[in-house]
Amino acid sequence: MRLDRNTFLSIAVMALFGLMLVQAETFLGDYQIYIVKLIFINAILALSLNLIYGFTGMFSLGHAGFIAIGAYVSALCILSPEQKEMMWILEPIIWPFSTLFTPFWVSVLAGGAVAALCALVIALPVLRLGDDYLGIATLGFAEIIRVVIVNATPVTNGSLGIKGIPGHATLLSCYGWTLFTLIVLARLVFSNFGNVLRCIRDNEIAARVMGINVFCYKVLSFCLGAFFAGIGGALLGTHLSTIDPKMFNFLLTFNVLMFVVAGGLGSLTGSLLGAAIITVLLEWLRAIEEPMNLGFVELPGIPGMRMVVFSLVLLGIILYRREGIMGTRELTWKSLGTLFGRGKQ
Amino acid sequence: MSLDIFLQHFFNALTLGSLYALIAIGYTMVYGILRLINFAHGDILMVGAYFVFFGTFAFGWPWGVSALLAVAGASVLGIVVEKAAYRPLRDAPRISALISAIAVSFFIESLAVVVFTGQPRPVLQPEWLVSEWQLGGVRILPLTAFVPAMTMALVVILLYIVYHTKPGLAMRAISKDIETTRLLGVKVDNIIALTFGIGSALAAASGIMWALRYPQVHPYMGIMPGLKAFIAAVFGGIGSIQGAVIGGVTLGFVEIMTVAFMPDLSGYRDAFAFVLLVLVLLFKPTGLLGESMEEKI
Repeated sequence: MRLDRNTFLSIAVMALFGLMLVQAETFLGDYQIYIVKLIFINAILALSLNLIYGFTGMFSLGHAGFIAIGAYVSALCILSPEQKEMMWILEPIIWPFSTLFTPFWVSVLAGGAVAALCALVIALPVLRLGDDYLGIATLGFAEIIRVVIVNATPVTNGSLGIKGIPGHATLLSCYGWTLFTLIVLARLVFSNFGNVLRCIRDNEIAARVMGINVFCYKVLSFCLGAFFAGIGGALLGTHLSTIDPKMFNFLLTFNVLMFVVAGGLGSLTGSLLGAAIITVLLEWLRAIEEPMNLGFVELPGIPGMRMVVFSLVLLGIILYRREGIMGTRELTWKSLGTLFGRGKQ
Repeated sequence: MSLDIFLQHFFNALTLGSLYALIAIGYTMVYGILRLINFAHGDILMVGAYFVFFGTFAFGWPWGVSALLAVAGASVLGIVVEKAAYRPLRDAPRISALISAIAVSFFIESLAVVVFTGQPRPVLQPEWLVSEWQLGGVRILPLTAFVPAMTMALVVILLYIVYHTKPGLAMRAISKDIETTRLLGVKVDNIIALTFGIGSALAAASGIMWALRYPQVHPYMGIMPGLKAFIAAVFGGIGSIQGAVIGGVTLGFVEIMTVAFMPDLSGYRDAFAFVLLVLVLLFKPTGLLGESMEEKI
């Protein structure tokens, strides 16, 4: 790899940011750290959906399913056999899962791998569909995955969910996984592979005429997206320490879609920005659900108001700024350079 | 399985299927014209059911009056949604309109949580609909006959509107070619609004009867019926009213009869529709009646 000035700068910034995070506990409270971790996890989820939808143009609404698979597989891997025996009270856990016990990073990768495998099974029939049919079919698959999780009690503990997942997802490891996702996707998207994906997105027929095996590339992109969604799900599980089937409903997919749309379809840095801004906004909106004192008048809190504002924001974005924050542009050193040092070029 | 139990399942399936059919018609009409999956359709169903709840409980109106007002209110809501969220995006990529539809759906749901609170509420059932009938050895609720009969009546009215009136002709024309229809002097926007109004009215009718059948209302009650009804519309061939009815009834029978004959599968009930969808899309993506273009409205 050629180490030019921009790559060097990027590595320096990533390292600096990492160093800052090592010291984060000295200047951030527990709640802020919780939010920062959530931002990293959401960024992974947004990046993975952006690969599928933003770069390849496959409108998939099945993300929650892959996230659920990642979360469940990694939780099964990471819990100790004793914990599992205690928790499965409805039906005892069946054999291969009861003895499974792996380190954190293996379980996260396993979550991603199983999600990718499921994606492969789903992709073969579904990816022949286009546009909104694809959306509905993937949504259907996510729903099927959820129903299976509820009913496969000997493996997933059914509707009780899994509690007490050890919190291995520290700030630094979340950051590490986000970097891993970002670098892998950036290398892919800005290679010839990425060009092919964009070509499929912009004009599938043209891609086919040029001799590209469209279906093969679509399956690859879909599985890769699912892989990272699984990783994100695994981190989400250890971050929250509790998972249950109700968590992985359509609302989760909607949230991830929101990050991607707000950030800009087909922009990696856009996804990062979108995830960060929307996550902070969502937390910040909690304020309007609590009673507010404006000095002269006491406003009662309105529970549920958060989601109203949230969906209005998405509606506003789609109606008035369809391309999101970044559009398909990327935040690069060059664009930053032109932004700040106009004279130089 | 004895005959009377089978008959009970049969009527249950027919009821559920009719409810799906009514919702599916709205999806299929909107999709036929705008090629848009109206995600908010299921939520309009929910709003319709809530209108009846408030009409009967808060204002003490008789059930029939509340139901009529609720249907009218819901169709106004459908028209407003179209005007606010879909019309500005008519020339945008189709997926943008779809995301807008998802956003509207979540907006209506979360607003319902704020306004109506998230708690499920019991619904008043008119006496004459829930006093059991004895037919031989079979006990059935009048409700299970009322819902299919009502559905039949509404479908007949709808088919009359679509095939024997001027606005219906305009609807069918728009679904063929929106630009040419506009050039011929049809006020396309008004016809589209009318389509949304009719679709929403049918959804509300279904929602009201849904609330009778499963006697409670809550803000998320529309999501699952909505999704499943869309699947029914795809199964029957999207764009075709007759297809939507056939698809809805089929889905109702699949759900009820599978559970009736294989009780072990009852936990997977919600997944049947999606399995059906995947099978349809794999083997006949146009659905049962999707190919004959004349049928599309």
